Amino acid sequence: MTLLITLITGVMLLAAIAVVVLRGLLAAVAALAAVSLALSVLFVLLRAPDVALAEAAVGAGLSGVLLALTLRRVGLWPGGPAREDEQ
Amino acid sequence: MKGYGHTAATLLFLTGLGILLIAILQALPFGLAPMQVGQAIVAAAPGDTGADNIVTAILLGYRGLDTLGEVTILFVAAAAAGMVLGGASRGGAQAENAGFILHSAAYLLFPFLLVLGAYIVLHGHLTPGGGFQGGAILAAAFFVPVLASPASPFNHRTAMLVEGFAGAAFIMIGLVSLVGSDAFLTPFFGKGEAGALFSAGSLPLLYLAIGLKVGSELAGLMARVSGAEAGA
Amino acid sequence: MSTGAVLYAGAIGLFLIGCYAMVAERHLIRNILGLVLVESGVNLLLVAVGFRENAAAPILKAGQSAGMMVDPLPQALVLTAIVIGFGVLALALALVVRVHQAYGTLDTREVARLMRVEREASGPGAAGPRAGAKS
Repeated sequence: MTLLITLITGVMLLAAIAVVVLRGLLAAVAALAAVSLALSVLFVLLRAPDVALAEAAVGAGLSGVLLALTLRRVGLWPGGPAREDEQ
Repeated sequence: MKGYGHTAATLLFLTGLGILLIAILQALPFGLAPMQVGQAIVAAAPGDTGADNIVTAILLGYRGLDTLGEVTILFVAAAAAGMVLGGASRGGAQAENAGFILHSAAYLLFPFLLVLGAYIVLHGHLTPGGGFQGGAILAAAFFVPVLASPASPFNHRTAMLVEGFAGAAFIMIGLVSLVGSDAFLTPFFGKGEAGALFSAGSLPLLYLAIGLKVGSELAGLMARVSGAEAGA
Repeated sequence: MSTGAVLYAGAIGLFLIGCYAMVAERHLIRNILGLVLVESGVNLLLVAVGFRENAAAPILKAGQSAGMMVDPLPQALVLTAIVIGFGVLALALALVVRVHQAYGTLDTREVARLMRVEREASGPGAAGPRAGAKS
């Protein structure tokens, strides 16, 4: 139990560091989703299944998609369509 | 030079903050935190509300007014996002449709996500999950097709209609419960048999309203921020 | 290290990394990523405080009475916090999109410089982005 929690906490912190260190914004967003996923596993281990479900659905799912879509909208999606009419 | 000073100040600040937090948490023994309120709720919740899921009992039974406030915050966030982006970006999404695989998978996934979301909402008082989690999954179900084909319009009108009705239903249920008792949002109907789908009084109805409201709100919010074309 | 120390270290780590991203980074979207990290750290801390060794999840099984359970109260609060966090994130991103439309950049210093230029150009008293300045 302690070993598992230590392992997942380590993965989570590594992903959090990756959010700051990675220069590509899309990669940073993916790392943030990884943080949320590790966090929801931690919530399961802490016997909080409700919170884990919310974190997985909202944190790892919708937040990541929303951030990625915003990146596309402001033209920061690498290789994506730079199709902002305001520019 | 200026950059170095900034980084050094930041790191110094973070070090201090870390030491402060560690010092605070030293006084908070893990696994031994006093939890009289929590234990009292655990002991009383099954008899009070008839819900198996005690988190649901807290969210809708003991702290129903908080939940109403939370839903209001979500509504305000969605309204503010709509106001900020309102008429600013017609034609924001002329993105081409996604490839064949993503496109067909999105429409294949839709019914399954719908069933999963509905299951999680309706079993909120029995199993982990509930209106918020199921609502998020419902929002994903309606948003994935928009993701696959950005040209197809997202129907903001219907989303707003569902949202309004669900919000009104939540408050109506709260007002109806005033008839039999003296407090807003007191669970009514019988407690029913523990573990049955129709149990825990009005809590499943409240969670259904929350699920519909959160689902339509989140889907509308995502469509708004991502710039999906507003449909009629 | 005990389980508690690991979890507290994880929560503090998330909090500090998020603070770094909010203070040191100059890109608005990176600041928002830092905000989400701080939120996650606080959520983890709250759930960890409610944890008890050898306790069950706060969900009754059929025909079982309430025995030793983890504290359900922080879980309910964190559930609320996660959903509100998403609302805050969406609103912040909407503002970011608007800033990008008005100034064409998301660098905080660049935006501040443009705002200053704009204020000087339009005289005292008139501040803030003009709607649709670049369209």
